[in-house]
Amino acid sequence: MQSIRKIRVLIAKPGLDSHDRGAKVVARALRDAGMEVIYTGLRQTPEQIVETALQEDVDVIGLSILSGAHKTLFPRIMELLKEKGLTDIMVFAGGIIPEEDVPELKKLGIKEVFGPGTPTDKIIKFVLENLPHRT
Amino acid sequence: MFDKEKVGEIKKQRERWENTTLPKWISRHPERKSEFRNHSGILIKRVYTPEDIENMDYIKDLGFPGEYPFTRGLHATMYRGRLWTMRMFAGYGTAEDTNKRFKYLLSEGETGLSTAFDYPTIMGYDSDHPMAKGEVGVCGVAVSSLKDMEILFDGIPLDKVTTSMTINGPASILLAMYVAVGDKQGVSREKLGGTTQNDNLKEFFAQKLCIFPPLPSLKLSTDVIEYCARHLPKWNPISISGYHIREAGATALQELAFTIYDGIAYVESTLERGLKVDDFAPRLSFFFASHNDFFEEIAKFRAARRLWAKIMKERFQAKNPRSMWMRMHVQTSGCTLTAHQPLNNIVRTTIQALAAVLGGTQSLHTNSFDEALCLPTEEAVRVALRTQQIIAYESGVTNTVDPLAGAYYIEDLTNEMEEKAWEYIQKIDDMGGAIAAIEKGFFQKEIADSAYRYQREIDETKRILVGVNEYTIKEKEYPVKLLRVDPKVEEEQIARLQKVKQERDNKKVKETLEKLHYAAEKNENLMPTIIEAVKAYATLGEITEVLRKVYGEYKELIVI
Amino acid sequence: MTKIEEILQGILTGNKRSIAKAITLIENATAESKKLIAKIYPHTGKAHIIGITGPSGSGKSTLIEKIVREYRQNGKKVGVIAVDPTSPFTGGAFLGDRIRMQELSTDAEVFIRSMATRNYPGGIARATKDAVKVLDASGKDVIIVETVGAGQSEVEIIKVADSVVVMHAPGLGDEIQAIKAGLMEIADIFVVNKADRENADKAVIDIQSILQLNNKKNAWKPPILKTVALTGEGVPKLIEKLEEHKQFLRKEKEHKKSLLKAEAELVEAIKEQTARAVIEELKRRGKFEELLQKILKRETDPVSAAEKLLEESFRKV
Ligand SMILES: Nc1nc2c(ncn2[C@@H]2O[C@H](COP(=O)(O)OP(=O)(O)OP(=O)(O)O)[C@@H](O)[C@H]2O)c(=O)[nH]1
Ligand SMILES: [Mg+2]
Repeated sequence: MQSIRKIRVLIAKPGLDSHDRGAKVVARALRDAGMEVIYTGLRQTPEQIVETALQEDVDVIGLSILSGAHKTLFPRIMELLKEKGLTDIMVFAGGIIPEEDVPELKKLGIKEVFGPGTPTDKIIKFVLENLPHRT
Repeated sequence: MFDKEKVGEIKKQRERWENTTLPKWISRHPERKSEFRNHSGILIKRVYTPEDIENMDYIKDLGFPGEYPFTRGLHATMYRGRLWTMRMFAGYGTAEDTNKRFKYLLSEGETGLSTAFDYPTIMGYDSDHPMAKGEVGVCGVAVSSLKDMEILFDGIPLDKVTTSMTINGPASILLAMYVAVGDKQGVSREKLGGTTQNDNLKEFFAQKLCIFPPLPSLKLSTDVIEYCARHLPKWNPISISGYHIREAGATALQELAFTIYDGIAYVESTLERGLKVDDFAPRLSFFFASHNDFFEEIAKFRAARRLWAKIMKERFQAKNPRSMWMRMHVQTSGCTLTAHQPLNNIVRTTIQALAAVLGGTQSLHTNSFDEALCLPTEEAVRVALRTQQIIAYESGVTNTVDPLAGAYYIEDLTNEMEEKAWEYIQKIDDMGGAIAAIEKGFFQKEIADSAYRYQREIDETKRILVGVNEYTIKEKEYPVKLLRVDPKVEEEQIARLQKVKQERDNKKVKETLEKLHYAAEKNENLMPTIIEAVKAYATLGEITEVLRKVYGEYKELIVI
Repeated sequence: MTKIEEILQGILTGNKRSIAKAITLIENATAESKKLIAKIYPHTGKAHIIGITGPSGSGKSTLIEKIVREYRQNGKKVGVIAVDPTSPFTGGAFLGDRIRMQELSTDAEVFIRSMATRNYPGGIARATKDAVKVLDASGKDVIIVETVGAGQSEVEIIKVADSVVVMHAPGLGDEIQAIKAGLMEIADIFVVNKADRENADKAVIDIQSILQLNNKKNAWKPPILKTVALTGEGVPKLIEKLEEHKQFLRKEKEHKKSLLKAEAELVEAIKEQTARAVIEELKRRGKFEELLQKILKRETDPVSAAEKLLEESFRKV
């Protein structure tokens, strides 16, 4: 049997907002790029997101948020990932996130923040180029 | 619409042109693309002539403004008489903050209020619910109890303004609070004017802010429609919304067809309550998006009016012409705004607003240029409002009614939009109606496919977005001043909620909630019991909780 | 400790991270995964493995969420594996069953894993069977497998599960045909979900009549239950029946099904090992490369090449 490694990605929507158009378009694009995409649906708590990442053993997490609550929710998610020893997962974010918040989010360990209208090709390329080496 | 002989001659001339002038020109100047299509995928011809609308019947298909089938507008004089209502969406922070904003907007010449609620309120959670953390007052105003509503409308006489509330799942609760504030101000219920969005169906496939499963959600929407028909004659109980369908990624055509179908579902559901169609239909209103493809949008608005008029007359046997009116509110499209070079958004919004006006809207909201980045700042809101005022007072487009009527392209496109919408309506009828289509994921799949296609076109630069995939700039982007919600809002809001809970008569609250539970199980119209409950200061969260117990919670059907 | 041993220890103590890692190794069919499975095997055989199959949209995931809740109430530890299809064109997959069970994901004694078929036919993934073993070894009392639900014949599930629940729901159109076509034989329990809808009773009658046609003399008579997965109505009864079936299986020690299951596993293992051995042998003999080149040049096709290779090699032997 040939070894077949697949990239597993979790696309998660923390926060109460319901703008899932972007999250779904990205999910679909990543799927069409050959990845296995786990989508958790709307309104996930940080705890649920991190537990899902753990159980699904994903390589990458994409967080999508448009409600403005990223400053409360993202730190919590990153903290929980650390607690569970999941620091080898690459995390990126998208949605409506003001430019001035980006440095702070990156300091938390979020690898990249994509604004509205980012081409999906760019995101696919980013994921492929920044795949963490996981054992 | 034209003389047969004349059309024949035009045809001959066109063929001649296509064999002489055209090829000669194209051979030296090829067209930019092999084919041109609008957002809905409709193929656009190089040039339109009377041939394209040869079969149109002016009297039957267009008629005169203010008359069936209302293609040219609902009113005989349109904007020569009254301009559209310039309604700006506002709401953030605490009730005090939004109250201040309301007063500012009124002083700036706005003619109606429009309220945005924060996500916890929209989802039926009080500000102190664990799910509300970090979201209180962020995307709209937080309203947990009647107390908040009293502050929100403090000093604003409810018989003098009209208020539009963007709320769906808990629409009956917010309306009940508004009624209660009106009662306290001594304004009689006949005088309360405004709109609740209250369109729960589209939530399942567009906005996804659903609390309850489809059937009870439709029941709650219908409760409001029925209650208003009987007690609040000036209130628009529902704003049947295509806007969110479009924002979720639908094409203009899908927006048109699915919205109209939702309308059909509400009419059917209300008829089952024993009301006559003319008792409530005049108060149904619609809400559409206006996108960038100028003519497609204008055609959509005109086709929508004609379609609805026909449906009300033929399918539901309405007699009152007002039942056939499709009154619409339009908002420029939020998803067309770009975070890149945000000032470009002013131009986009202008084009979209102009399309809405040329399409004959009754009411308009223009987006602020910074909305792809944050909550709009006061300056940006002002520019957005000014955009409408410039169209109204400077552009001259308001001088005549439906100025684009008769344009070959516009009329042909209007016809095509209508035809294709009928096809969808037929399809959904065959599926068993709106709820069945929701449960099958039909709308969801249609929208997801369109959204994906649109994004692919942008990615592959088949579709150019100025400043995004072309004409990008390297230098620092325009510095936008950001409006932030003070995190103290959450604390203040929770403190107020706790005070309310302490000061109210808790026995009374319990009684009214039990009564509500009973009424929900008995499948009664819940408006009267909800009004009682909010007057006892039962909170939005407590009321929703009772209903969650009876109806269950909805988990979305994911279709990508 | 080697990595494998470390993972094994983790699994045996119910560590979620280790379980997750192990399943990934198995899915990716790494060399290590073989060793791991061998080491896990002695620790398996305790869990009750339940397969849930039925047409798409019948409510499998929704029902599983309620079943898990019920088992948790009874103090049972539960694992779930939910399978969704891999796109044959892109190799990617969208795994969405989990959405309906998300509230369970923070329960320490529940483990949910989504799995793509990676083009394995029959409604589950190649890795499903071994992933179940991992969960079994980790101490889960009940393991539930949700099949793809694409309406194709999803009979692979009997090779994995002790008890198979075949679901149906009113309003799904012709899917009763699919049940007729293949799922009928594999069902230990029938569930008609969405009993809150009209026509639920009609679905029950449909199944009854098909069952009567199929009337074989079996010791176990598959019951037909009604549920409303949205509210959990009918779930306690379903659990009761599942427990009954479990007892029934216990009693029938030499039960045909476990025999079948063991046989299937053995055959599978033989297939895999012989194929590998044969291919290696063929490669060693050299002809392999030569034929590869010919295929590339379109002088022959893979099927004829394989025939030729096998024929020649075996004649010599
Ligand atoms: N009315 C009603 N709807 C239900 C019931 N159970 C599930 N549903 C709805 O049916 C739809 C499909 O449910 P799922 O649980 O996703 O079905 P599934 O069989 O897992 O579907 P796939 O994973 O796509 O094969 C959802 O919208 C559920 O809310 C029920 O008992 N009554
Ligand atoms: Mg499922």
